[in-house]
Amino acid sequence: MTIKYKNIEVGTELPEWSRKTSFMEWNRYAAVNEEFVPFHMDDVAGRAAGNEAGAFGMGNLRYAYIVNALHAWIGDEGRIHEVGCQYRAINQKDDVLTVVGTVTQKKVEDGENRLYLDINVTNDDGQTTCPAHAVVAIP
Amino acid sequence: MSNVTYVTDAMNEARGLWTDTRTSPPIALSDIRKWAMATYWPETPPKIYWDDDYAKETRWAGIIAPPDFNPFAWMIERPKGTGIPQPEKPDGGNLTGMNGGQTDTYGVPMRPEDVITSRSRLVDWHEREGRLGWTLYVTSEVEWRNQNSDLVRKRMSISVRY
Repeated sequence: MTIKYKNIEVGTELPEWSRKTSFMEWNRYAAVNEEFVPFHMDDVAGRAAGNEAGAFGMGNLRYAYIVNALHAWIGDEGRIHEVGCQYRAINQKDDVLTVVGTVTQKKVEDGENRLYLDINVTNDDGQTTCPAHAVVAIP
Repeated sequence: MSNVTYVTDAMNEARGLWTDTRTSPPIALSDIRKWAMATYWPETPPKIYWDDDYAKETRWAGIIAPPDFNPFAWMIERPKGTGIPQPEKPDGGNLTGMNGGQTDTYGVPMRPEDVITSRSRLVDWHEREGRLGWTLYVTSEVEWRNQNSDLVRKRMSISVRY
């Protein structure tokens, strides 16, 4: 899908993008990013790190989900210019993480049609896990 | 105002100075494919990341890596840290560290066969009493460029140490 700058307004919502996450997702990400951290792989280590529920997901994967959600919206002809985020609540096993966002500004900058968005990654309880912002450029 | 500081002389001397660069191996098509498969699993990733015939018809004229792709994973020679001096407790005790967040600004996309160089520097810091005790917030900058010296990514990150 390729969205057009002229059709986007301040207030336009980013289509929701969700993933249920657990060891199947974390292990694959750990393998490609060489991120074999004990508390992402082992419940005993997770509890020792202070998470009663055991092993928990990596922040970098939540960042990847934000990138994926933006790409799904802007398509291959768009470009992600900037993503900023903070890692807050822990990603527990079997959490369904959902990337949500809203366009807050649109402007032509450096020869590109850019959209500014407020972004969040929420869990099943609607809790904020990763408040973020993004800037994308689209035709 | 507390007399405690976790900031070291080495940090003060290093502020604003770029570290030595480190260099990635050439990015392989399979690296890009596997990264995309892992981050999109169980969904099939977009063709721009694995289908050369498709990718040639896009504005990118070929396969590109996802913006979050890390070309420095699986290095044979592993540098110890980023080369940036680390904070310390005055008594030499260990500090606990957390990732306070990051902002990535992207330039040109990474492509198969690209070789990426990385350099880092301390930008700034501040200390204050927080809910976890005396806490240091350090802002660092990391810059990636490709073999043509084109900017690939600039990252500003905050590490929290207490």
